[in-house]
Amino acid sequence: MSGAAAARHKPWRSLRREREAASFGTWIFIGSEAMFFAGALLGYAVYRTLWPEAFAEAGRETNLVYGTVNTALLLTSSLTMAVAAEGARARLRRLTLICLAATAVLGLAFLVVKGLEYREDIHKHLVPGPGFKLAGTPAAQIFFAFYWLATGVHALHLSIGIVIVGTLLVQAWRGASPLASPAFESAGLYWHFVDLVWIFLYPLLYLVGRS
Amino acid sequence: MNRGVSLWPPAASEYATAVDAIFIGLLVVSGAILLLVAMLLLVFCTRYRRGSSAPRGDLPEFIRRDVEIGWTAAALFLALFIFWWAASVQIHAGTPPPGALEIHVDAKQWMWKTRHPNGAREINALHVPRGEAVRLVMTSQDVIHSFFVPAFRLKQDVLPGRFTETWFRATQPGEYHLLCAEFCGTDHARMRGAVTVMEPEEYTRWAAAQPMELDLAAEGSALFTSLGCSGCHAAASSVHAPSLAGIYGRVIHLSDGRTVRADSAYIRDSILQPKRDVVAGYAPIMPTFAGLLDEGELQRLLAYIESLRAAERR
Amino acid sequence: MSGITAERAAPEAPPTREDTYLTAETGLASWLLSTDHKRIALLYMAGLTLFFFVGAAGAAAVRLELFTPEANILTADAYNRAFTLHGTIMVWFFLVPSIPVTLGNFLVPLMIGARDLAFPRLNLISWYVFMAAGALAIWSLVAGGVDTGWTFYTPLSTAFANGHVLTAAAAVFVAGFSTIATAVNFIATVHLLRAPGLTWFRLPLFVWAIYATSLVMVLATPVLSMVLLLVFAERAFGIPIFDPARGGDPLLFQHLFWFYSHPAVYIMILPAFGVMSEIITCFARRQIFGYTFMVYAIVWIAVVGFLVWGHHMFVSGQSTFANLAFSFLSFVVAVPSAIKVFNWTATLYRGQIVFDAPMIYALGFIGLFTIGGLTGLFLASIPVDVHVTDTYFVVAHFHYIMVGGAVSAFYGGLSFWWPKITGRLYPEGWARFAAVTMFFGFGFTFFPMFIMGFLGMPRRYQVYPPEFQVWHVLSSAGAVILAVAYLLPMGYLAWSLFRGRRADPNPWGATGLEWQTSSPPPKENFRTLPVVEEGPYLYHPEHAGPPALEREPHRPQGSQQ
Repeated sequence: MSGAAAARHKPWRSLRREREAASFGTWIFIGSEAMFFAGALLGYAVYRTLWPEAFAEAGRETNLVYGTVNTALLLTSSLTMAVAAEGARARLRRLTLICLAATAVLGLAFLVVKGLEYREDIHKHLVPGPGFKLAGTPAAQIFFAFYWLATGVHALHLSIGIVIVGTLLVQAWRGASPLASPAFESAGLYWHFVDLVWIFLYPLLYLVGRS
Repeated sequence: MNRGVSLWPPAASEYATAVDAIFIGLLVVSGAILLLVAMLLLVFCTRYRRGSSAPRGDLPEFIRRDVEIGWTAAALFLALFIFWWAASVQIHAGTPPPGALEIHVDAKQWMWKTRHPNGAREINALHVPRGEAVRLVMTSQDVIHSFFVPAFRLKQDVLPGRFTETWFRATQPGEYHLLCAEFCGTDHARMRGAVTVMEPEEYTRWAAAQPMELDLAAEGSALFTSLGCSGCHAAASSVHAPSLAGIYGRVIHLSDGRTVRADSAYIRDSILQPKRDVVAGYAPIMPTFAGLLDEGELQRLLAYIESLRAAERR
Repeated sequence: MSGITAERAAPEAPPTREDTYLTAETGLASWLLSTDHKRIALLYMAGLTLFFFVGAAGAAAVRLELFTPEANILTADAYNRAFTLHGTIMVWFFLVPSIPVTLGNFLVPLMIGARDLAFPRLNLISWYVFMAAGALAIWSLVAGGVDTGWTFYTPLSTAFANGHVLTAAAAVFVAGFSTIATAVNFIATVHLLRAPGLTWFRLPLFVWAIYATSLVMVLATPVLSMVLLLVFAERAFGIPIFDPARGGDPLLFQHLFWFYSHPAVYIMILPAFGVMSEIITCFARRQIFGYTFMVYAIVWIAVVGFLVWGHHMFVSGQSTFANLAFSFLSFVVAVPSAIKVFNWTATLYRGQIVFDAPMIYALGFIGLFTIGGLTGLFLASIPVDVHVTDTYFVVAHFHYIMVGGAVSAFYGGLSFWWPKITGRLYPEGWARFAAVTMFFGFGFTFFPMFIMGFLGMPRRYQVYPPEFQVWHVLSSAGAVILAVAYLLPMGYLAWSLFRGRRADPNPWGATGLEWQTSSPPPKENFRTLPVVEEGPYLYHPEHAGPPALEREPHRPQGSQQ
């Protein structure tokens, strides 16, 4: 397909090899990100094993509606991102632009819902510290420590993803960046990873104590 | 304590002798390996320096293959042997014998507070009898400290929020350094004291001569009533709460199907986090005492509940 | 010996010399915006030298104070901040990056016959991130310092320490990004940019070492990032993670911290192993003994290194079962290091050994690393560790490996590849003197620590019982000698940049691909990319020994087509 095309950056000599490298590098980076979130998940697992009732009690305080809506938004955005990446590979400009835009919009919608959820959580005194809602269950604060930390770090990663997708959208629209660039596939991999993290976080934060 | 320059610390406990044996064994093995490597380096560097007349040429196949496998296997065997030796010593020394003299240790920035069973208290000091097993039950009031007595080859971290234990049997009378071995802030280096080993009769006389206070269990009994524990746990109570007679050390069946042994940690957790491990057949109605007790009061309650074993066991 | 030096020097400057990477572009911007891996290696070199001095200042303060048992120079808090500074800067801003970002950056593309790393722009960004992190670390020092020790144990760091813990944690967190980016770059480079004919089992051991180090960096560093984030959150926002009063467990911090920090020590030593293999083969003029075993040893160390972290926690309150498991695995991980020491020694057998400065550093390394590694067996034995953990015995152990090992290897590697990097030769006499001084200065400084540690001298103590003074005085005196050994090379290497004789492409007669191009290399590394037909280290024909006088290797690894 693009095998003979010249690479865009040194030291690569063909675009095909450059794409291979970008994809390979992104996978390794995702490996490091997986270890990052694994550290948090391990902490969560340890404390849930130590304090199962406290975690169940705290878990029932999260807003299941917001969480489920967000899951749906993010899963859909992964679909649009996948189509965008494939569209770029197939040089379908309009499809790529539409799907990149949809991905960014869905990501932003997730952040908006998250913002509403955070506001409600603060209102309900679910921030660890003095004045915490479940005062009789100290370990419930640990559940919410992980809730705020994990969703916050996830939202940060998502925001970075939105910026990347937005930048690609603008560059592709202006023609400054050819659709053959390896960046589309790398961005897609990153987006899917952020989605995957959420798929882990959703049951751990929203479904515990609710079965 | 020590005069002049010594190369070996005093060995004043049973464990110390076993540890020293391993250490000497390791010194011998390490020395031999180091000597071997040094000799080979010296010999090769001299014999095969550039331009010397020693024969060069190919390495025979057996050197290339078998020697390589040989020393890998030897290294592995040696490693496993040392592991087995050290692990055996550790497993054997693991648990204190029953009936050991129990000392409670409270660590805080930057001092050690020790309490004997009869209520005698010391600061930055610990007197113990020679030849008797001594069990230390320790907790910290702030950060992690570490109770270190080099002469006993004894070290155990002391943590906030839980008890850690260690034990020793002193073999030599004398006065030995007590040091804090986990960095704990500004005066970590000054958190030091002395462990004094005395002959058993001397120790008894010494303990009896200390300022008398109610012993820990009696104080705990008073707390048990004043805090309202007896309201539910006493035999005459109308509330359905488990009896605590003989509970310490017993196997408990929990409502979620697990079984645990009621050790210090379990009893402590039951007071602070009562909803966590509920006994089978009982409702989780016990209120928590987290925030209502300090460490000292907790230790007294613990001493009292443990003492129920001797008094009321059928 | 001087005859060899004369062989290595290039004839006096030819009328027109081709541009090298040093002269291809000029001006500050061409350096600060360069994506050339060779220039970036030198940028890192500058930063590392600065951080080395900062960390050494901490050590100097500590060793000065410890001349006497009482406090003379520093307050208790100032002393605690001094050793924290020393540990934090030396671990994260010197040792972890050291060989990979300087020698690794410069040499890996050359050794595999590539024009640059896989992601040159990412390489430059890595440097900026590293320097920003370093600036943050120095800021935390200037603003008053941190006093938790480099290990940041909770609850001291989260709830009790008074220093700038947040800034220091942030600095290390940011540095982690640089590490991960560099590692991703190396891994992709080794996978995708090898020259035609350069199969995995023809790679020089230095490349294998950098590759394995990068894998460990990528998988371990993120766990450190997470635990620092948790400490930051607890200290800054009061969010309970490790606070026992709210159900937290301080031991969780230790598990997460050491899960990174143990592999980190392998990050610090594996590259040194790679340097050793390159130097010893060249100066013994022999193929490495047991190449395959050496590769598997590197991989074994990298993998099993992830399974032993609990040996830092034998007295922490961990269960006996966990203690035994970690002890067992720690013994297992000692074996491949032993294999490497034996193989290096065996490489000397029937060689034609030359004692240039790099070789003296290498021989010193073998001795010091062997001692350090053997004392690891002591620490893996639980009863012995119970006695000596948190004493100067451990301090001696890790300094033998990190300093006696890794820093010696770093200086040795610099000496070896200096002609390639700068195109200059340095004075042999001074270099050999510095190498020997380093070995003896090191021994004086750190061997007494084994003795006083076993006697019961704890770590991180500003004031101590007077019977330990004799050992402290010996150690502090040795530190002065060691300092001389570190400063001397900075002197004569800098001198060589201006007055040293120019080097020819292969002054040592080594086999690697990096020696098949000019010294210094051109910006594109090779005029034409090489093709590889051989394995590494072919200093002599297959079934014969090396010749005495001939300095050309039997077969270089490849040649430019």
